[in-house]
Amino acid sequence: MKEDQYILAIETSCDETAVAIVRNETELVTNIVASQIESHKRFGGVVPEIASRHHIEQMTITLEEALEDAGMTLDDMDAIAVTEGPGLVGALLVGVNAAKSIAFAKQKPLVGVHHIAGHIYANRLEKEFEFPLLSLVVSGGHTELVLMREHGSFEIIGETRDDAAGEAYDKVARTLKLPYPGGPQIDRLAQEGEETIDFPRAWLEDGSYDFSFSGLKSAVINRLHKAKQRDEHLKPEDVAASFQASVVDVLSTKALRAAEEYGVKQMIVAGGVAANKGLRAALQEKFEGSETELLIPPLHLCTDNAAMIAAAGAVAYNQGHRAGWDLNANPGLDLELFGGRKK
Amino acid sequence: MNVLAIDTSNYVMGVAVIRDGAVAGEYVTNIKKNHSIRLMPAIDQVMKETSMMPSDLDRIAVAHGPGSYTGVRIGLTTAKTMAWSLGIPVVGVSSLEAVARQGAFFQGYVCPFFDARRGLVYTGLYRSDMTIEKDETNVLMEDWLHQLKELDEPVLLLSQDIAVHEEKIVEILGDQAVLPKAPYHYARPAIIASVAEEKEPGPLHDLVPNYLRIPEAEAKWLEQQEK
Ligand SMILES: [Zn+2]
Repeated sequence: MKEDQYILAIETSCDETAVAIVRNETELVTNIVASQIESHKRFGGVVPEIASRHHIEQMTITLEEALEDAGMTLDDMDAIAVTEGPGLVGALLVGVNAAKSIAFAKQKPLVGVHHIAGHIYANRLEKEFEFPLLSLVVSGGHTELVLMREHGSFEIIGETRDDAAGEAYDKVARTLKLPYPGGPQIDRLAQEGEETIDFPRAWLEDGSYDFSFSGLKSAVINRLHKAKQRDEHLKPEDVAASFQASVVDVLSTKALRAAEEYGVKQMIVAGGVAANKGLRAALQEKFEGSETELLIPPLHLCTDNAAMIAAAGAVAYNQGHRAGWDLNANPGLDLELFGGRKK
Repeated sequence: MNVLAIDTSNYVMGVAVIRDGAVAGEYVTNIKKNHSIRLMPAIDQVMKETSMMPSDLDRIAVAHGPGSYTGVRIGLTTAKTMAWSLGIPVVGVSSLEAVARQGAFFQGYVCPFFDARRGLVYTGLYRSDMTIEKDETNVLMEDWLHQLKELDEPVLLLSQDIAVHEEKIVEILGDQAVLPKAPYHYARPAIIASVAEEKEPGPLHDLVPNYLRIPEAEAKWLEQQEK
């Protein structure tokens, strides 16, 4: 009988210090996330230096909590996986050096993981992949459509040309003077409002799967500005609903069109914005009756966590990928090159 | 006692292995190259050359700052996580004290410092028995030098950044200042290990960098609160 395989993973690319253990590529054993959100709130966004300071304070505590929760020791692990990029360099460095230290101390194999590959693989902890599949990745730093023809291979067929969807959410939220983090606040307001303003939708040129949200963001800011000058009262709920309608319309329409063109078996939604209720509802509606199965992970797997890094890391490990002791944080790590790297 | 010492708090990257109290290996570079890429390969090499396995270690010593924020974190993350993985204690040693120890036999005061830009330095003042005379601080070099002047005793100044401040040092301290040659200005990891051997280790999770400075964003935020 084949023995169980355990991967311990670390994720520190932004403001969560996270450690997880995954068994046999797809079974979640433990998933510990120490969030710093309270500490960054007063600054209205993540301050990189402060994030890095929290990571080093939390790292060994979080590691210990994960092992205790799993009732396991480092000796039980087959390999150590870690997010090598993209992300905040100072934050990534804590995770990367912690992972290298465990691997060296216990003489275990080390695997570097792309953060977005992780977001996509979060879904595999819920349901087995069927190829080809497409993933709509939406987060504070990313908006892209990623085609996977097999494990470990990533082809970006569309991406944002300016702001990421999450970035647009944050900027609009700031204009509406909503507390940080703004995305969930807008989603909440939008549930209570109506689409009364016809904001633009950036479809870009025919057949393109790229996105653009900076025009929409400016349109919202201009509209609010104009209302203020005219002393006209715009309900924030309606502004949020109208803005969100534009974003989710473009995202879900392009996702469905891509799914049909590439004939994919699954459409996987990944990244922090996948927690957005408006987006979930729009996608569910669009994909109803489609041949493509729509998969949206549960909330705790949408936001940054290490379980997703363990899931992606396990596949990379079983495909023979190994990082050396010179593994470094790589804030600009490229997803396609990461998938095509040499073993 | 077998100790691994790590220092990446400034440009100098140092790794030392102490076996049964004797220095078995030491690796030091003083170049502007990435500590995150080079530290673990250096540890691997020194351990291999000295025929030591990670499981042979009894303690890890690390320079915990002040210095480059990122550099200090690379060393500390590595030291803490290795120690935690191996179930052994980790001991933090001041990056300034590590430099000061290079002047341990000097008759007078020893002043290690690191340039902190805009006329500021991270510094502290040690007596020749390596007890502290003036606590570590982040201060304007000019103000600090005037404080040293008042002591009216010879001061050995140790710093990689001596050139940046030499003019002011000579101007204010005159003959009181003693400036040795280049090899005395950087911390040796073996010395960090030997200081750590004598210190009582604290709880592992509590070891954090000694930045000597709050982040800029926080300073601005505090300033605004006062308005
Ligand atoms: Zn993310």
